[in-house]
Amino acid sequence: MNGTPLLEARDLKKHYPVTQGLALQKIVGWVRAVDGVSFSIHPGETLSLVGESGAGKTTVARAVLLLEALSGGQLLFEGRDVGQFGRAELKEYRSNVQAVFQDPWGSMDPRMRVKSIIAEPLVVNSTMDKQEIKRKVLDLLAQVGLRADQAELYPHEFSGGQRQRIAVARALALNPRLVVLDEPVSALDVSIRAQIMNLLKDIQATHELSYLMIAHNLATVRYMSHAVAIMYLGEIVEYADGDELFENPLHPYTKALISAALPTHPDDITEDIVLPGEMPSPLNPPRGCHFHPRCPAAMDICREVAPEVIHIRGVHQVSCHLYD
Amino acid sequence: MSAAQPLLQVEDLRTHFFTRRGVVKAVDGVSFSVMPGETLGIVGESGSGKTMTSLSLLRLVPQPGGRIVGGKILFDGVDLLQLSEAEMREYRGSKIAMILQDPMASLNPVYTVGEQVAEPLRQHQHLSGKALWDQVTEALRLLRIPSPRERLQNYPHQMSGGMRQRVVGGIAVSCLPKLIIADEPTTALDATIQAQYLAHLKDLQRQTNVAMIFVSHDFGIVGRMCDRVAVMYAGRIVETASVRDLFNNPQHPYTIGLVNSVPRLDRKVERLSSIEGQPPQLLNLPPGCRFAPRCYAVFDRCRVEEPPDFATSDDHAAACWRVAS
Repeated sequence: MNGTPLLEARDLKKHYPVTQGLALQKIVGWVRAVDGVSFSIHPGETLSLVGESGAGKTTVARAVLLLEALSGGQLLFEGRDVGQFGRAELKEYRSNVQAVFQDPWGSMDPRMRVKSIIAEPLVVNSTMDKQEIKRKVLDLLAQVGLRADQAELYPHEFSGGQRQRIAVARALALNPRLVVLDEPVSALDVSIRAQIMNLLKDIQATHELSYLMIAHNLATVRYMSHAVAIMYLGEIVEYADGDELFENPLHPYTKALISAALPTHPDDITEDIVLPGEMPSPLNPPRGCHFHPRCPAAMDICREVAPEVIHIRGVHQVSCHLYD
Repeated sequence: MSAAQPLLQVEDLRTHFFTRRGVVKAVDGVSFSVMPGETLGIVGESGSGKTMTSLSLLRLVPQPGGRIVGGKILFDGVDLLQLSEAEMREYRGSKIAMILQDPMASLNPVYTVGEQVAEPLRQHQHLSGKALWDQVTEALRLLRIPSPRERLQNYPHQMSGGMRQRVVGGIAVSCLPKLIIADEPTTALDATIQAQYLAHLKDLQRQTNVAMIFVSHDFGIVGRMCDRVAVMYAGRIVETASVRDLFNNPQHPYTIGLVNSVPRLDRKVERLSSIEGQPPQLLNLPPGCRFAPRCYAVFDRCRVEEPPDFATSDDHAAACWRVAS
């Protein structure tokens, strides 16, 4: 991919201190929730972060939304270092980067009408007058497939899928460049998921919008993504274009994840890789490659030396000694 | 169907909720059967009645409000709906066991897991002493819990989510039931842990020949685990078929829509087809076929008359007028 990425993360780190004692808190260790993560998102594209709970994908998303202060590394927005931004630039960044969360029940004020929910970012951040805001809200409702008269209703009067449409409309209000999608369809029913995924794709095409998506359903990821990063214990272990990752997975963890992903058709069942054990605690990650205690292909070197990032072809990269 | 007797036969089951706003027909005329050792999947979206169906089988419909108003539940030839409450208790946890979605909610935080696995054995098999603890250890071993003897002393909070769900599985199998009802047993688990758990359940089934009912909204779980599938929509079963038949040759427009709206892992799909609209409110069902307002193949008869089941082969039936014609 050519051109400046819309958002670039360089060696992002987020470590949380673990403290002991009440008054004089002593730091006894660090949880390395995110430990050196790099990626870039290009305009009009979707990057998905995939991993199990505790892999650090939500922490990355929170860092991109500036809800977490970084312990290390840089975020570059259109080539400019977000860490150096002043007040005005930060405000602009926050307008440009919006979010849609998993739970359409928890992410809306039940006492606000839909029109106020969607208008809130405009009231806070724009100089539009009341009439312009009203027009914009109706336009947004139409974009997400809701009727104008539904603007007067409260969130509880909508189903889960419709609420997620409202959340999308709110995220689009400030014409953002990037939307963070945190499990956007996993709380929805199967027949509604396809509606919302198609809506997100349509909106992406019309606005040249970029998505940073967090998801654990690999079939959803394949449908939505241009690029995929597989995370394990705070690190990206494999990164590739969407199709490349699913057709030519390299890292044993990626292979196991794809195998563990339930088939969407009974004829899909190919090989069963059932990983032993569970993801270790990020407080005390194993030496060498973090994945080696569960890896079916672990070698001696994996127990001692952490693997480097190896570039395979194009953007495809993997951190695994099998490919040294 | 062969001459073998089904283990469970449900006929025209109706579970209704009586609310101030009217009668909610959560389960409205559901019939299916499960053979010994077989795994049946019940698939449906929220509100389709799949969980109420499984709770009805154990007569655990939420009170007040919910009531089983009609039908038969024949388990080994005995109609569970005719039993007294005391007789019913002999079945729960002993002959029919249940695994629920959230392992943290189904375990008691102030008892050790050993105590909790031991409880059904004390209750139903009146075991005690060494025999009891051997059986408890065996139940945990069946679910592949590492070093089960040491784990008996643990409290639920000392275990991970996957391990807790295995304990719940251990409780379910402790009395060697003939039927396990698993209601979304892996939704709370991570992908690789889910794969482990499902593999253990399969393994368990091979060892004990227990029949299972898998309640899920996930076609993937059904595809991996089940022999036959019943698809539920708005309180009724709209299609029943063998797993392969259901995926390769779905008959009901709702099933067709569902199968086509799920993204594929093994190939790039440019655009998913989706089912427009929402499931109906159970308080206010449309006349005729419940799926008619969302159906792409709807015709006049669908809007007035509710379709009965039509068999398309020995082991495949769909409730749809289009299939009949």
